[in-house]
Amino acid sequence: MVAAADRAAARLGIRPSDGRPLGLTLAEAELLAPGLATAAADPEADAKVLHRLAAWCLRYAPLAGVDPPNGLWIDVTGCMYFCGGEVGLLADLLARLAAGGFTARAAIAGTPGAAHALARYGRTESIVVPQGGLAAALAPLPPAALRLPEGEAAELVRLGIREIGALAALPRGPLARRFGAATLRRLDQALGRVAEPIMPIVPPAVLAARLAFAEPLSTAEALAAAIDRLAETLCRTLERAGQGARQLDLFFERTDRTVIALRVGAVRPTRNARHLARLLRLRLEEVDPGSGVEAMRLAARLAEPFAVGKRFAAGEGGESDLAMLVDRLANRVGPERLYRAAVHESDVPERSVRRVAALAPAGEKTWPPQLPRPARLFAPPEPVGALALLPDHPPAQFVWRGRRRRLAAGDGPERIYGEWWRNDAETFAVRDYFRVEDEVGRRYWLYRRGDGADPASGDGRWFLHGFF
Amino acid sequence: MSRNTSPALALLRARIERLERPAERRSGVLPLGVGAIDAHLPGGGLALGALHEIAGSGGDAAATLFVAGLLARLPGPVLWCQGAQGLFAPLFPPGLAGAGLAPDRVIHLAAGEEKTVLLAMEEGLGQPGLAGVVGELSRLPMTASRRLALATEATGVFVLVLVRREKGEKPEEEKIVPNAAATRWRVAPLPAPRPAWPHPAWPGLERALWRLDLVRCRGRAAASWMVEACDATGCLGLAGVLPDRSAAPLPARRARA
Repeated sequence: MVAAADRAAARLGIRPSDGRPLGLTLAEAELLAPGLATAAADPEADAKVLHRLAAWCLRYAPLAGVDPPNGLWIDVTGCMYFCGGEVGLLADLLARLAAGGFTARAAIAGTPGAAHALARYGRTESIVVPQGGLAAALAPLPPAALRLPEGEAAELVRLGIREIGALAALPRGPLARRFGAATLRRLDQALGRVAEPIMPIVPPAVLAARLAFAEPLSTAEALAAAIDRLAETLCRTLERAGQGARQLDLFFERTDRTVIALRVGAVRPTRNARHLARLLRLRLEEVDPGSGVEAMRLAARLAEPFAVGKRFAAGEGGESDLAMLVDRLANRVGPERLYRAAVHESDVPERSVRRVAALAPAGEKTWPPQLPRPARLFAPPEPVGALALLPDHPPAQFVWRGRRRRLAAGDGPERIYGEWWRNDAETFAVRDYFRVEDEVGRRYWLYRRGDGADPASGDGRWFLHGFF
Repeated sequence: MSRNTSPALALLRARIERLERPAERRSGVLPLGVGAIDAHLPGGGLALGALHEIAGSGGDAAATLFVAGLLARLPGPVLWCQGAQGLFAPLFPPGLAGAGLAPDRVIHLAAGEEKTVLLAMEEGLGQPGLAGVVGELSRLPMTASRRLALATEATGVFVLVLVRREKGEKPEEEKIVPNAAATRWRVAPLPAPRPAWPHPAWPGLERALWRLDLVRCRGRAAASWMVEACDATGCLGLAGVLPDRSAAPLPARRARA
């Protein structure tokens, strides 16, 4: 029997039997595609690989689990900051899986049931359901997408219910009588009316601390106090191991047997308990303790050797203090929004700056001080209506956003040539920049695309590039 | 008003002063470097452990350069929280470097929403090693300003809020919503003197001129000055007497306590 088939095989009509008695046999498949590459199915090895993949998925979020035979769960709640949003996360996940030789489909939705359905029955291979769009996204899918008990999906289709939307519109009482509570529960799970915990895999983290409570905790103060204690315990463990934490996962085991998690990161390895506890406490507002938290576990997911000497050599702790600030900001607003500017060797103004990490070592170079540059720069430059009488003169006035500005003074031109080694269009391109002042004293940086004479250098249109 | 010299009253005065602890005495001041302005400000400059509001238009960068120049003259790193797109045009670090604020001193935060700007500013205030925290907002309401002012009192970090003036409004007609900033400024460009070079009909550019309006300052009257824009080290210059206008300071419009 055919247990699995790749995309090329599926195009030839070879589909896995999925345990049905009347599936395709190997002999039939070879008839359909002579020279078919086959391998014996090994469910145990598959399960092992699935577990390894789930452990690898912990890079995206603290909670991940397996959904045999071929599915993975990742609870990405509150983890978007580290991956450039939901769409970025899925693109990254699928690209990495493809590079590893796995064919995968993925979906992010508000409930595990909906994500499960959309990943398997959705129209595209990566789907992100926006908040509130759950019912609409599920409606066109077949009932089979709901993980219904054996045979019931076929029964529903036989009764003319071909879509989840139609199923959801049916009265609940008769539906439960006809199909049993299991069908209804699957529907409710997918639509988020009933919670569905996923069983997370527990990675073998050596550096972890766990705290179980006699009485479940539910107040923010109690949870914060527990965070302080866990951070202290973990930091002692890190100290014994000579390590500092770069990424921490904090798990809340709730009394309803669900686990929720928080992840925080640090720019530099650290084992400062107060700092780590503060990072975690900043995120505490995202945690819903539900009916109570009965245990908490803090694990150092990423740890690096911690060099004591270097920290003190930095002097007065000023630099590491800054690292703490960067950590706190990065964990609250996302690391990709924090940066420092550095010099990039280019005459083209918008290319003369590059973004470096907030704590990257200071560069040696500076921009040439003799060339005045605006403090604010439009990206992209804003087109303005202007006309200059002579090629080396700035215009006498220009119209920007519907307002006319009469110019009273100006310097220029400063000619900037295109970088021909970047692309062909820039080979002859020229910009003539003028610093100008209008009659009320506002200073602008205008440029003309082209030298004003040779059409190959540019079309002669004017742009406002910045303010001084 | 006769000054009562009773020892009990003097003791009481000293105690009130200790309780009030004005920011300029707590963590020092940053002089603007222009005698007339510094003489007007309590303590002789901008209090460092305090919140200051600087209003500028979205159509020029005078307020931005004023802020950059102030921070350029303080040692240490700066956290600059950039506001929503369209509030101000994006910052261009070479221009800030031109006002003396070197790029490796500034940590930029592309905050976007006002909520995030305020949140990040409060985080930055908890870090005593910073030279200053700048936040770009459309306006600074009372509640937010009070939170920031209280936080900065505790750590002594210099906080500047760059707000946007409504376009097209004349400064005299602007409505001033109260907030808890220690000083509130308006920075606007003025036409600079025109050298008759390279061509009398087409003069070149001199050092820019700004109009600095102190809109509100605790215990001081509102006032306006004309200054030369900050130079490559962030220092302002006192504008000289010009043939076509009166010497600085400009007459105060309204006195405010």
